[in-house]
Amino acid sequence: MHNIIVNGQPLAADVDPQTPLLWVLREVAQLTGTKFGCGIGMCGACTVHVDGRAVRSCITPVASVEACAITTIEGLSPDGKHPLQQAWIAAQAPQCGYCQPGQIMQAATLLRDYPQPTDANIDAVMSGNLCRCMAYVRIRKAIKLAAASGQEMPPHA
Amino acid sequence: MPFAVCCTACPACFEWNYRLIKKIVAGLSILLALLLALAGVVAAYYWRPALAPINPPPAETFSRQLVEQGRVLAGIGNCAACHTAKDGADYAGGRGLASAFGTIYATNLTPDTQTGIGRWSLAAFQRAMREGVRRDGDHLYPAFPYTHFTHVNDADLTALYAYFMTRPPVYAAPRANTLPFPLNLRALQAGWKLLYFKPGALAPDAAHGQDWNRGRYLAEGLAHCAACHTPRNALGAEIASSAYLGRPMVHWYAPALTSANTAPLPWTKDELTAFLRTGATALHGVAAGPMSTVVEGLKGAPDSDVRALAIYFADVAAAEHSKTDVDAVVKAAIAHSQKVSLVDNDRGASLYVAACAACHSNSDGRPVAVRPELSLNSAVSLPDPANLLQVILHGSNKPGLMPGFAQALSDADIAQLAAYLRRSRSSQPAWPELEAAVVRARAAQ
Repeated sequence: MHNIIVNGQPLAADVDPQTPLLWVLREVAQLTGTKFGCGIGMCGACTVHVDGRAVRSCITPVASVEACAITTIEGLSPDGKHPLQQAWIAAQAPQCGYCQPGQIMQAATLLRDYPQPTDANIDAVMSGNLCRCMAYVRIRKAIKLAAASGQEMPPHA
Repeated sequence: MPFAVCCTACPACFEWNYRLIKKIVAGLSILLALLLALAGVVAAYYWRPALAPINPPPAETFSRQLVEQGRVLAGIGNCAACHTAKDGADYAGGRGLASAFGTIYATNLTPDTQTGIGRWSLAAFQRAMREGVRRDGDHLYPAFPYTHFTHVNDADLTALYAYFMTRPPVYAAPRANTLPFPLNLRALQAGWKLLYFKPGALAPDAAHGQDWNRGRYLAEGLAHCAACHTPRNALGAEIASSAYLGRPMVHWYAPALTSANTAPLPWTKDELTAFLRTGATALHGVAAGPMSTVVEGLKGAPDSDVRALAIYFADVAAAEHSKTDVDAVVKAAIAHSQKVSLVDNDRGASLYVAACAACHSNSDGRPVAVRPELSLNSAVSLPDPANLLQVILHGSNKPGLMPGFAQALSDADIAQLAAYLRRSRSSQPAWPELEAAVVRARAAQ
């Protein structure tokens, strides 16, 4: 049995210790906002926060995050109004949308480390989050919008 | 003809050979007799009696304060690293220490009367720690670092004894060592001791302050840092003239703690204090592998002891006299990292950008503590890739930090990634045969 905290709620998962956190989130917690992309930590679609840091959940065994606080896209903001989510809507960032939960979770860590990120910061930190629709220009724009909004980043659930 | 030593076809040669062989056999016999006599003298000199068994003292024999002091000391000595097996009961032994000679299994330190140290008196415990001799008089192997524990003072040994004798007794017979004959003869350890063991306390060095001397007492004694960080000779003894020059371990590399350390920035006492206290610094990286257990063990130690260790090793590394301009090195390192990440048509660089940059890239100025800057990282600049490969493959052992890429990347990919990091983020020569090293590192877990 593995005990983690997902979006503020305790979750006990009776799974093999090597089970990727992503499967626990999608199959056990039924939180399907987090996506499966490549399964080898190379595309960023599965990005969630572990104790506030962006982590690729597809290669993170559940046993390695025992007792950690996990935040998924569903838990980023209780009402879906995280500054990044608002900026994403304002910039109309997504096209197909599949990579966007991972993009937003990665961007949240980016803004925590660099509240006013430069283009170089954005490129370096976001380069592991792939977007097959090539929405990169709008994603960068949305990140800058969120940074410029002056809104305080709300703490995670 | 003198070359026909191996020819017995003609009678003349046969006679000649026969006499020669007789001479050789006689000579060897005398040599063997002399060696045996010498071994006998050494063994007799190092012969130790069995000490009388005791009934385990009741827990209330020891004051709570003494037991607590022992707990802290056991952490500094990192006893659990060997004496607590993975998923095993605390201090019940069982962890195997692989060496070139075979595997030696750590013993049960709980006060179980049959399989632990329940029948050991304080005198027996002290003798084991200071002389490497079991209660029954047999010699212990130097895998147990009595060569260091011999420096530990009476008060600390008494506290350690109190701590171990108050642990819950666990019945757990240690596994048999896999040493081949004749290394399995414990009496032969007498010869090893004659050659390499200097018993006794370290005299304080008046040239240095109290903190330095405290740091040396801990480092050379209970903490036995040299056991990993000093190269060993063919017989497994630490080479005094190469103290703290670093050495390969089974799956890791223990870095040099002298000025031979290859990290771009010096290990000053502030850096060492932060590293030993928290397990990570932004300017050197994260304690991984065996070193993470050292940091874990030090958790109970007072700040003053951690600082004392840092003061001692900053001196060993000659770091306080370093003229390195830290800010300039950091700035250049980060700028360089940013530039080389954008190299096209480089598979290592592409892998880095996809898999590593999200967490490892830094902006100008000081690196963010939770974004380990690989151009400053100790593992990237070491003579051996083992530590970097272990972390890429198996991740950080701190919950929620770096995941391992063992299932995600092939041996060739990891070798390319490591080669790229080495090429782009250190001034050290390329690691040879990286892919083979990845295969070895992969087998480690």
